[in-house]
Amino acid sequence: MSAGQLPRWVDLGLIPFLNLAAAFLVSGLVVVLIGENPLEAVKILVWGSLGYGEGIGFTLFYATNFIFTGLAVAVAFQAGLFNIGGEGQAYVGGLGVAFACLALDHYVPWYVTLPFAILGSALMGAAWAFIPAWLQATRGSHVVITTIMFNFIAASFMGYLLINVMKKPGSMQSETRTFEDGGRLPFLNDIFPSFGFGYAPVNLSFFVALAACVLVWLLIWRTKLGYEIRAFGQNATAAVYAGMPPVRIIVVTMLISGGLAGMMAINEIMGSQHRLLSDFVTGYGFVGIAVALMGRAHPVGIVFAAILFGMLYQGGAELSFEMPSITRDMIIVIQALVILFAGALEHMFRPTIVRLFTPSRALETKEA
Amino acid sequence: MKKFLTIGTALAGLAISVAGAQAADIKPAVLYDLGGRNDESFNQAAFTGAEQFKADYGVEYRDFEIQNDSQREQALRNFAKRGMNPIVAIGFSQANAVEKVAKEFPDTQFAIVDMVVDLPNVRSILFKEHEGSYIVGLLAAMASETGKVGFVGGMDIPLISKFACGYKQGVLAANPDAEVFENMTGTTGAAWNDPVKGGELAKSQFGRGADVVYHAAGGTGIGVLGAAAEEGKLGIGVDSNQNGLHPGSVLTSMLKRVDIAVFQAFEDAKNDSWSSGFEVLGLKEGGVDWSLDDNNAELVNDQMKAAVEEATQKIISGEIVVHDYMSDESCPS
Repeated sequence: MSAGQLPRWVDLGLIPFLNLAAAFLVSGLVVVLIGENPLEAVKILVWGSLGYGEGIGFTLFYATNFIFTGLAVAVAFQAGLFNIGGEGQAYVGGLGVAFACLALDHYVPWYVTLPFAILGSALMGAAWAFIPAWLQATRGSHVVITTIMFNFIAASFMGYLLINVMKKPGSMQSETRTFEDGGRLPFLNDIFPSFGFGYAPVNLSFFVALAACVLVWLLIWRTKLGYEIRAFGQNATAAVYAGMPPVRIIVVTMLISGGLAGMMAINEIMGSQHRLLSDFVTGYGFVGIAVALMGRAHPVGIVFAAILFGMLYQGGAELSFEMPSITRDMIIVIQALVILFAGALEHMFRPTIVRLFTPSRALETKEA
Repeated sequence: MKKFLTIGTALAGLAISVAGAQAADIKPAVLYDLGGRNDESFNQAAFTGAEQFKADYGVEYRDFEIQNDSQREQALRNFAKRGMNPIVAIGFSQANAVEKVAKEFPDTQFAIVDMVVDLPNVRSILFKEHEGSYIVGLLAAMASETGKVGFVGGMDIPLISKFACGYKQGVLAANPDAEVFENMTGTTGAAWNDPVKGGELAKSQFGRGADVVYHAAGGTGIGVLGAAAEEGKLGIGVDSNQNGLHPGSVLTSMLKRVDIAVFQAFEDAKNDSWSSGFEVLGLKEGGVDWSLDDNNAELVNDQMKAAVEEATQKIISGEIVVHDYMSDESCPS
């Protein structure tokens, strides 16, 4: 009962929709339990995330983060690797962005800084993924363990740098100085005033994220390396037997994955906060795993999943604002339910649907 | 949007009818830091103050717990747009957001706790934690039999060094030969919520001879006080009154009255006596204090009470000046 037996629209459209519907149904029950009107809650959630310009702006802002971290997880997925270190890689990626911005912001406009920031964030993120990748490739230390351990190392490392080396003197917050205009990406509201994004921090890096989606698609489905990555992911033994070098594939895939995670920092640091600050990743790296799962590790799916999670973040904030009895922990419950149904219980509806969509003749032949 | 405005107006109307006709029409709001409303420490103190105000005046307030850094500005703006006034932001991390949003809404009054934002419509509320820490340091030195006392901080930031430095000055004032061990739990936000490590640090200080340990470490401190109770030593609580956590094993608590700050901000707005600018709450203003209740009555003898009373008077009169670590980022030894 593989996905190949189902029409594409069922596999990519109907099943995610059913999972999502189930998640919202259960969330609705939770909302009823705490004594609020679930329909009203859904209305606020959707309106808050898509109903007006600024809401859409916030949704896209969060989606930008999730596209980067989702792509990072997806690329590793294709090679059968489970990179859950996006959190740490993004955090260290922030260092690359900050280096570029702090060094250049006084002297050049943002479009000169941007390539260096992209390069810096990707290099730092990739560097943070390198050791786990190397250990996996040569020693067989599982990346799930090592990447998550590297998240903690990243937190301590960045904490040290921010407090002892890069901190703005006299400030209580562990953060660098604020970047000048040369280190700030333009907000989309300033580029397209007619959309009315208002104060939403969505910025030019949204397009960088979309470009990254295209590049990842080209890489995975249109290059030799991409073929090797997919072959290795489907069946590592066969790939090695066919003469593909496993060490190179693992290391290169993880470097690309780490680099993509690191690029998330462009959106947060150069696009929105305009300074490097401690703990700016706040879980986007982990949500990236859910985004990649839901998006079927395909760039197009990831864009949609990222927007969905962007909606949950922005609409959720709006919801806990409008309905004080729905606390932020409740919002996390709703997000968790979506992750649960889309990720862990992905196969719950699949057997039934496969049965529904398989012509009876095929079944008979199978049974015979 | 219109609907929310209607709800807001209805709430305000309700508030007026409860509080009486002459009461000013205010819609106060609180924005907590990442720790959230129920962190049993700093943010919760703000929540307590807001609840107290609601109970005393029957005025509803709104609050919000942020999930990530981008929501700071968004929440402040949401409050301001809906006509909330005054808006109290808890924690120094809100400074950038308050500065930005306060400029956009010059007619709305903002307040920020633990940080200075220099704008005509912002009240910056600071606490003289060093004074309160000096007092508990005095008590620690007098209660100690070994002449060695400890300090466990949360995250390694100047604010916590301010606690440590005041404490040390108090200890040395009572016993010039005393030794003070200082440990910080960590360098990230996680250091506020690591009771296991807090307990370990306290135990290692006990191992080196300390018998009183003061913590300024949020949730981590629960482990510090637990370790003290376990080993038959004394702990000192912080922010809220933690004497009751381990009755008989908590010497006292250094109170940082964020609740008073929030309550006052709301009350001033209500009585039309709002003032912007600095508000520094020390021993004199009742912003910091030490706690004495049934749980620690036996631990504090009359001699200690007299010494604390004398020091408090001298600090209030200015005869004793407790050095503020943050004024020059150093502590006199």
